[in-house]
Amino acid sequence: MSQKKSFQGLILTLQEFWAAQGCVILQPYDMEVGAGTFHPATTLRALGPKPWKAAYVQPSRRPKDGRYGENPNRLQHYYQFQVILKPNPPNLQELYLASLDAIGVDLKLHDIRFVEDDWESPTLGAWGLGWECWCDGMEVSQFTYFQQVAGFECAPVAGELTYGLERLAMYVQGVENVYDLDFNGAEGADRITYGDVFLQAEQEYSRHNFEAADTAMLFRQFTDAEAACRSYLEAGAPAAETERHRMAQPAYDQCIKASHVFNLLDARGVISVTERQSYILRVRELAKACGAAWLKTAAGGAP
Amino acid sequence: MPDLLLELRSEEIPARMQRRAAEDLKKLVTDALVERGFLYEGAKAFSTPRRLALHIAGLPARGEAVREERRGPRVGAPEAAIQGFLKSAGLASLDEAQKITDPKKGEFYLAVIERAGRETLDVLAELLPEIIRNFPWPKAMRWGAASAQPGALRWVRPLQSIVATFGPETETPEVVPFAVGGIAAGTVTYGHRFLAPGPIEVRRFDDYIQALERAKVILDADRRKDVILHDARDLAFARGLDLVEDEGLLEEVAGLVEWPVVLMGSFDAAFLDIPAEAIRATIRANQKCFVLRKSGSEDLAPAFILVSNLLASDGGQAITAGNERVVRARLSDAKFFWETDKATKLEDRLPKLGSIVFHEKLGTQGERIARIAALAKELAPLVGADPALAERAARLAKADLVTEMVGEFPELQGLMGRKYAALQGEHPSVCAAIEEHYKPVGPSDRVPSDPVSIAVALADKLDTLVGFWAIGEKPTGSKDPYALRRAALGVIRIILENKYLVQISRYITRATSALRSQICLKAVGDDVIFKIGRGDFIDIDIVDPPIDIDRFDIHGDLRRILLEEPANNTVRLNRHRTIGGRVAGSQGSRIFNGVDVSDLLAFFADRLKVYLRDQGARHDLIDAVFALPGQDDLLMVVRRVEALGQFLDTEDGKNLLAGVKRASNILRIEEKKDGRAYDAAPDSTLAASGEPAERALAEALAGAAATASQAIASEDFAGAMRALSTLRAPVDAFFQDVTVNAPDPKLRENRLLLLNALRAATRAVADFSKIEG
Repeated sequence: MSQKKSFQGLILTLQEFWAAQGCVILQPYDMEVGAGTFHPATTLRALGPKPWKAAYVQPSRRPKDGRYGENPNRLQHYYQFQVILKPNPPNLQELYLASLDAIGVDLKLHDIRFVEDDWESPTLGAWGLGWECWCDGMEVSQFTYFQQVAGFECAPVAGELTYGLERLAMYVQGVENVYDLDFNGAEGADRITYGDVFLQAEQEYSRHNFEAADTAMLFRQFTDAEAACRSYLEAGAPAAETERHRMAQPAYDQCIKASHVFNLLDARGVISVTERQSYILRVRELAKACGAAWLKTAAGGAP
Repeated sequence: MPDLLLELRSEEIPARMQRRAAEDLKKLVTDALVERGFLYEGAKAFSTPRRLALHIAGLPARGEAVREERRGPRVGAPEAAIQGFLKSAGLASLDEAQKITDPKKGEFYLAVIERAGRETLDVLAELLPEIIRNFPWPKAMRWGAASAQPGALRWVRPLQSIVATFGPETETPEVVPFAVGGIAAGTVTYGHRFLAPGPIEVRRFDDYIQALERAKVILDADRRKDVILHDARDLAFARGLDLVEDEGLLEEVAGLVEWPVVLMGSFDAAFLDIPAEAIRATIRANQKCFVLRKSGSEDLAPAFILVSNLLASDGGQAITAGNERVVRARLSDAKFFWETDKATKLEDRLPKLGSIVFHEKLGTQGERIARIAALAKELAPLVGADPALAERAARLAKADLVTEMVGEFPELQGLMGRKYAALQGEHPSVCAAIEEHYKPVGPSDRVPSDPVSIAVALADKLDTLVGFWAIGEKPTGSKDPYALRRAALGVIRIILENKYLVQISRYITRATSALRSQICLKAVGDDVIFKIGRGDFIDIDIVDPPIDIDRFDIHGDLRRILLEEPANNTVRLNRHRTIGGRVAGSQGSRIFNGVDVSDLLAFFADRLKVYLRDQGARHDLIDAVFALPGQDDLLMVVRRVEALGQFLDTEDGKNLLAGVKRASNILRIEEKKDGRAYDAAPDSTLAASGEPAERALAEALAGAAATASQAIASEDFAGAMRALSTLRAPVDAFFQDVTVNAPDPKLRENRLLLLNALRAATRAVADFSKIEG
């Protein structure tokens, strides 16, 4: 296996490719999130008039998707490679295709398709139009033009690309089971697979997510995070119309926290159908308040 | 005459929107042209994933000159009026106006305005940007740097280029000079994204469509569909297989490719253990591929047809292999669902349905199933079904909603339940009913024929109708979110096509009592729902007077309050308390104020009218029958309408109708004049002593009315019509020989009463006044 086709090689190639397009290459956000979109480099930076280009890997946690390491395609923890370009350049589709070419997808041999997929995140109060990108019938990326985030119109619109790294790597490597992925491209005793790195974690976290996660603690944490978010927003609020907000990002951290705690509670099956809706609504209210605060900061474009 | 070529090239347009968008584009542009007086010879619109195109042939190069005369004020009118006239007519002074003489009103000014016809090119340049800016996409978006500004152009996906040319065939056409959203119309387009990505210079439609074809773009969606269908059939045939054709999928796939390349992939035959419908659903929904059958067989083959957008340099090997991998993964999932589902019996899934809310005000799926089961059992004898089987089928009918397979493919509901039921050894009628109780789902869908299926289908639909009627969620206008019209039509078709003689109101009453038998109280905040045996649904939040909860007798006191207090009297239960272990916490309110049976019956009558009209029955005959009281036996209504129609086709029928109408008119006028009703029985002795025609009518009426009533009582509508037809001759003779408004008031009264007796006799069959003609 060539270094380039290994899981880490794929990440390095994508980082190099998007760095060459002028993106800042960020590191993963240091909190548990359900998708790369939650990273403030996307959610918050998509708001306001200032141009922004960034790319990063984001470990994403979907507690409900855990399968104790027994399903070859489903993981409760996986990697997304996220690109955000604001405003979207006119040739974003071409750039995306060039990035596939860069990681070794031969566009003369493979059938790449843009299939309608409208994206919506109820918890973030966000939606956009775009596609799922298919390679020979497999969805390998999400391509979205953000129209609204945190309840605010995006002006200008940002283009967001999300690569499902495990899927893409499985495709590039021709592997049917995610745990068989070549992680480091080394030979013999040095060879490390995805399973070597993550199989035990998948087993342990599935147990945790479905059986053990302390629900009483989590309910407390949800309420605490919600209250903290509100109090930080209040504490950082501008005293006058002409002033800026001073704590939008710490408040948003609490919103992320509440969202993840909700996902864990959901996986534990302790939230009923009707309650589910109200929890989602509560997180969305936090996201909206954080978005509003962000728009009053310098990076959010406030004067 | 010159042609217009318009192409709007964008990033990939959702397949489901393309055809409609092309038609909209054609309509909007041609309507706008016609509105401005520009007629054309022909127009055709096209769509691919990346472009909408429009060709309008035979437009004039310029519009016709317009001459308009505008009449002004009279000569010598006040200055203000003169100035207003000059301004509106666009004249500099009165010297440019003519004077005309009106014989009555004297001399007037007249402005003759002549406008040269406008250049079509200019008109197009004016109207095209407007149409593009206001295009009716189901969902549109902003993009790019321009989206920072309010009012930025919206399109379904980013619009990349516009071709707009106009001119005659023999000359180089001109570019229609306009720009929208910063994109100027021009003559350059691009070919297939991967196979011919370079720019193409186009002039007019003929060379445009050919250039695209060379650049691996088939512009016409129908041609792409043809290519796909024929290539798919050929590929299948070559391997001894048949394509399972699927128009919806074909349409969608044709909207996903500009250059269709049909390939065949295969999968492990071991997957054929999975039900064929599930294989098809997964391959269709997730992969947009077609499945194949072994030639001349109903069995699926372990192969599928995929449609690629790429003519690959390896002949499609990598593409096929990639699709096979995905199909394999999907079928592995489906097999897992199938195996997992089989491990749990359908009845063991019922507790889970108890936690799924069907409708906030109508309780959980579990509660609904209990109602349907009770109702199906009760209805069973009416439709000749075994009550125990009907109840069993109803209890299992919704269980597959919580299986993995139906969770993944909702369109397989019912069908999967049937398969799982068969595997666990249920009675064949129970298995069939699990699938068929949803039927008929539309006007052309099959009506179930197994009595058990019928009992469950009726119970399901009636519970739905009664439930939503109870909570006031009736269809309004075009809004029918719970498909209640479909449910009512389903009930109607089941009853009529199986020829059940039953009053629909009896069904409704039974369904209502099933709903009543579940009593639920509203939980407010941290209050609880109490469920007790029988009673009403009532909204409860306030106790007045307060109830001592510890001494509160749920079966007695609560029932008394619920059933005897006014419906809006509400009760608040402030403490959690377990009653017989049947307390559940929940949110939302439940109100049951009973069902307005006559309103629901009227809804059925409306649906029946629609149904009969669709079957070709005369709407006036339907109205004439429905005007009679108590028409809720659907089959009787239909038979009555049929008999009436046949009768009115005869000479006797037509003449009798005319006679009855004449009688009704006379009665209406005289009753109004006299301020009284003539509704008593006529005096037969008086009639007997009157004129011969009068006597004959009285005798005929007495006989015919009795015979007709008897025939109606034994549901012999044709017999009733025959009895009425004997009245024709006496009625005709009566109107010919007898003066109704006789000078003798007693005679006059009796003759009016005779006419009323005629009207009454015919009312046994229908209200003739509602019949046209």
